[in-house]
Amino acid sequence: MYDTSDIRKGLKVLMDGNPWTIIEFQFVKPGKGAAFTRTVFKNLLNGKTKEMNIRSGEKLEPANVDQREMTFLYKEAGDLVLMDQTNYEQVSVSAEMVGKAADLMKDNLPCTVLFFNERAIDVALPTFVFLEVTASEPGVRGDTSGNVQKPATVETGAEVMVPLFIRVGDMIKIDTRTHEYVERVAKTA
Amino acid sequence: MTLGRPDHRLGRVLAVDGGFAVVRGERGDYRVAAPPAWRAGDLVDGETVVRAFAGDDYPGPGSEVARLPGLRMAAMVSRGKALAALRGFFADRDFLEVETPLLVPSPGLEIHLDAVAAGPGFLITSPEYQMKRLLAGGFERIYQVCKCFRAGERGPHHASEFTMVEWYRGFAELDAIIKDTEELVAHVVTAVAGQALASYGGRAISVAPPWPRMTVRDAMRKWAGVDVIGDEPAADLVAAVRRAGIEIADGLAWDDAFFTAFLARVEPAITALDRPLILEDWPVPLAALAMRKPGEPLTALRFEAYVGGLELANAFGELTDPVEQRARFEDDQRIRRERGRPVYPIDHKLLAALAEGLPPSAGIALGFDRLVMLATGAPTIDQVLSFTTPEL
Repeated sequence: MYDTSDIRKGLKVLMDGNPWTIIEFQFVKPGKGAAFTRTVFKNLLNGKTKEMNIRSGEKLEPANVDQREMTFLYKEAGDLVLMDQTNYEQVSVSAEMVGKAADLMKDNLPCTVLFFNERAIDVALPTFVFLEVTASEPGVRGDTSGNVQKPATVETGAEVMVPLFIRVGDMIKIDTRTHEYVERVAKTA
Repeated sequence: MTLGRPDHRLGRVLAVDGGFAVVRGERGDYRVAAPPAWRAGDLVDGETVVRAFAGDDYPGPGSEVARLPGLRMAAMVSRGKALAALRGFFADRDFLEVETPLLVPSPGLEIHLDAVAAGPGFLITSPEYQMKRLLAGGFERIYQVCKCFRAGERGPHHASEFTMVEWYRGFAELDAIIKDTEELVAHVVTAVAGQALASYGGRAISVAPPWPRMTVRDAMRKWAGVDVIGDEPAADLVAAVRRAGIEIADGLAWDDAFFTAFLARVEPAITALDRPLILEDWPVPLAALAMRKPGEPLTALRFEAYVGGLELANAFGELTDPVEQRARFEDDQRIRRERGRPVYPIDHKLLAALAEGLPPSAGIALGFDRLVMLATGAPTIDQVLSFTTPEL
């Protein structure tokens, strides 16, 4: 069991049968009252948050949650298949878990998979991925104002808005959280 | 920062850039044209370097100047002004400043306060026992500014070692203390900030007297949806809190159930107010060292002053009955024992002083660090301390 002195950001606890992670906490102590830890929890299954004041000395049950580094293998009928490189175990999760970022996933992409009671409940992608542009109309010459963008298709098939100077064959950096182009990068042969 | 103040002669060069230097003088940081010989870290008198800094790369990490950025220095200057204003306030009202020992054999039995052990005794968690003995001895208006120590308290509003302002009025009622508090806070904030506007959480809060008042029961009913009686079993209060839609564990003690609802609903509501609040008439399980309200046995003569959600002060119509005081001490000891907390000895000399006769008195403890936070807008207590524990 955890105690209030164990509370820190990222601690995973079990409440009402759900796994929660602590995202914020603060020591509070009303005059003539006990010390409490004002704690904000995020539900790892549905992303909902809640705030609770936990009295010093109260116990929190650890959630059987663990994180494993896995690599993305392939997509199959709306599922993502990932593999643990240390023991070659494979796991299949719904692509909905990563949302729109699913179309930015390339073979062998390193991901962090969160398991709750041995079941995969979340897949975290690297913040940035580097992908090659496979199709894009050439930019209109003369129109170089910074904000104008055009659609480009990258090697995974995803469509991303890019600046006009990006050409087919360029390697670009994309933010998986926002699905947005960040910058052009040098190709590593 | 002012530009080239001629009255500044002595100082340390913090930075030299483009022909100008930033100098930290006795009255703060200022900017002057830099003579060519100046290097960052030098101590200067006028244009002369009186002690050249030996190293390079000033101020390095770990230097005192890096530890005290301009804002924190400004907070310390404000703190000094606040302390001077506070002493002026009490002098104007014929209060005697007293000093009582910090090292005592009986540090106080309050259930939720743990003392720091020191040599043969403990450091005080509050100076109230000795100050009450002075009242019994015949002093009528006394105040003290002193350090208090509470083990394990560390947070944005808590430091284990902090500064308390405590004052008492003999032959007076709680209303006089409310008036003192309102006037003192307005006076100190004005001395520091130039007007009676405290600042907390980025909001300005007028601290001009008089302050709005509300009873604890009204606040709990209005903001938490919980009716508090005062002698209901703890389980009933837990159930009432749960009915109000607040998550609460079973088996909590009465006070813990109360504060679960208070922290969830009442404190956030007080924080949102644009005026201070005097929260008065506490239910008797939270009486601490307060006497019962005449004619209302379930209510204690106690108030708390909140400004911007910051709990600034706690006051009692002082319990002067030695029999009831002894019973409360014994209860506190029993509860501390049951909860596995250290049990401190009863202060028999305080009980003897009550038996000798304490005049009807009212007193209050006010967190000086928090008052400085309000006067300066500092978001955490660390920013108004000259040293935090990790900096020692």
